[in-house]
Amino acid sequence: MKPALDNRHTDLDVMLPFRPAAVTWDAGDWAGLATSRRFGLGLALVLISWILIDSASAQMVGTQGQTVWQTLVKWTPLMMFGPKGEFGGFVLNIVVSFIAMALGTFLGLWLGLGQASPNRFISRSSWAVTQLFRNSPWLVLLFYFMLLLPFFIRIGDTQIEVSGWAKATFALSLPIMANVSEIVRGSMASIPTGQWDSAESLAFSRTQTIWRIILPQCIKRMIPPWMNWYCILTMSTPLISILGVNDGMTLTQDALAAEGRSEFLIPMYLWLMSWFFIYSYPIAMLTRKLENRFAVNQ
Amino acid sequence: MTTTWTPDQPIVSVKDVHKSFGDLEVLKGITFDVMKGEVICIIGPSGSGKSTLIRCINALNDIQSGSIKVEGQEVNNPDLDKLALRKKVGMVFQQYNLFPHKTAIENVMMAPVLVLKESPKEVEARARSLIRKVRLEGKEDSYPGELSGGQQQRVAIARSLAMNPDVMLFDEVTAALDPETVKEVLVTIKDLAAEGMTCMLVTHEMGFAREIGDHIYFTDRGIIVEHGPPKTFFKKASDPRTREFLSQLL
Repeated sequence: MKPALDNRHTDLDVMLPFRPAAVTWDAGDWAGLATSRRFGLGLALVLISWILIDSASAQMVGTQGQTVWQTLVKWTPLMMFGPKGEFGGFVLNIVVSFIAMALGTFLGLWLGLGQASPNRFISRSSWAVTQLFRNSPWLVLLFYFMLLLPFFIRIGDTQIEVSGWAKATFALSLPIMANVSEIVRGSMASIPTGQWDSAESLAFSRTQTIWRIILPQCIKRMIPPWMNWYCILTMSTPLISILGVNDGMTLTQDALAAEGRSEFLIPMYLWLMSWFFIYSYPIAMLTRKLENRFAVNQ
Repeated sequence: MTTTWTPDQPIVSVKDVHKSFGDLEVLKGITFDVMKGEVICIIGPSGSGKSTLIRCINALNDIQSGSIKVEGQEVNNPDLDKLALRKKVGMVFQQYNLFPHKTAIENVMMAPVLVLKESPKEVEARARSLIRKVRLEGKEDSYPGELSGGQQQRVAIARSLAMNPDVMLFDEVTAALDPETVKEVLVTIKDLAAEGMTCMLVTHEMGFAREIGDHIYFTDRGIIVEHGPPKTFFKKASDPRTREFLSQLL
């Protein structure tokens, strides 16, 4: 009888039982946890239970007036849409995120193309602008542009007021521009040089090569990091409350001040936070899904 | 800059070409002529400058000194009309380099429509016949990712032919292929050669070079060590370097 193949006594590595490497957590793993379904459910549970407990305790204490739930419902229209006849609230946060993203993407695309330019002056200056805005704190940028940009623009005899939220949106679009610029530059650099060679040998101009051949291939690679930045931007929009813009954060503070009940502090902010969470979480999930899909198809 | 060229003159004329990458001189005075309809094969060890040489003919790499003329047009010229040159010279690469976001037929049609501004309808008819010619009927709407290496390489050949070139450059076009699919690409090139297309091949397929080539050039360390028609080249190579190289392969 042949002896059974004993794979413990062999000098061939491939015969040895596979042992996964020791588990270590890096930044990517933490990011993965933060966007996992289990984590989302957990957070939602914590959120709900917190509100329930708090509302129960508020009732138990027997403070005058309404329960937490009644208060949240009362203030929701203001926190969501802003004061009557004005534009503000959580919806303003979303609008600011849309406009800043659109503007940042548009500017970032050109800046990224500038970084890839064969002209040294253009590429170096695009690189410098990119680095400047990538490495500046967002809040500092916000203060800076709030003070730098005029309150009124005069065109002929008409004065146009530049609202605070418009300035804030512009300021927020700048770090997005810089990061999109890096995404564009990086994904263009990741396209094999053979694509440039074959386009050149077929007599395509540089502009045609970039717009018809290189960028269409980059889009797949750019979308997941781009969506990631959109989430980060949305999460950062409450920063504009510091500049007195009537966003969701400012109005939540106003509502709290009007109520004057310190036990509502945590439930009210949790309420606002849950809106951001509900808005961003699906985007984060989709980003992750796209990342996985594109990673397989590359 | 194009001087009048007549078919009795060399279609490609390379004279004393020097090319360096930084301090590394990869071409050290290369001279040869290719007549219209001729098929030449350039062989040699890795790093001998074969690929660089044919990339220079297409102006993908510039040269430091010397002269390269394609149908009388000087390539080593700062004011080179690259469009005119590349209409005359088609090139196929080792890694196929198809555009992955376009179907096979779109790959073939793209350059004539966008660069030559021809009408898409006429180009499409020509593209379909080219795809038939490289024996890929039915694969017109496949994306490169859905095709085998050999099929992709044949689309790449059709794509170059769509520009109606007078000279075709093939840069180790079978080096990345499975042995079974090498043949289908070689058959395509053979068909082209039989139709009278001027072809310059950098290749490691010695059997193919012997069968198809009108003239074989052996390069080593940036110079042409030896050349001749395949019959004499493969049987009576005189230079020891050529003999050593051939003995390792044949």
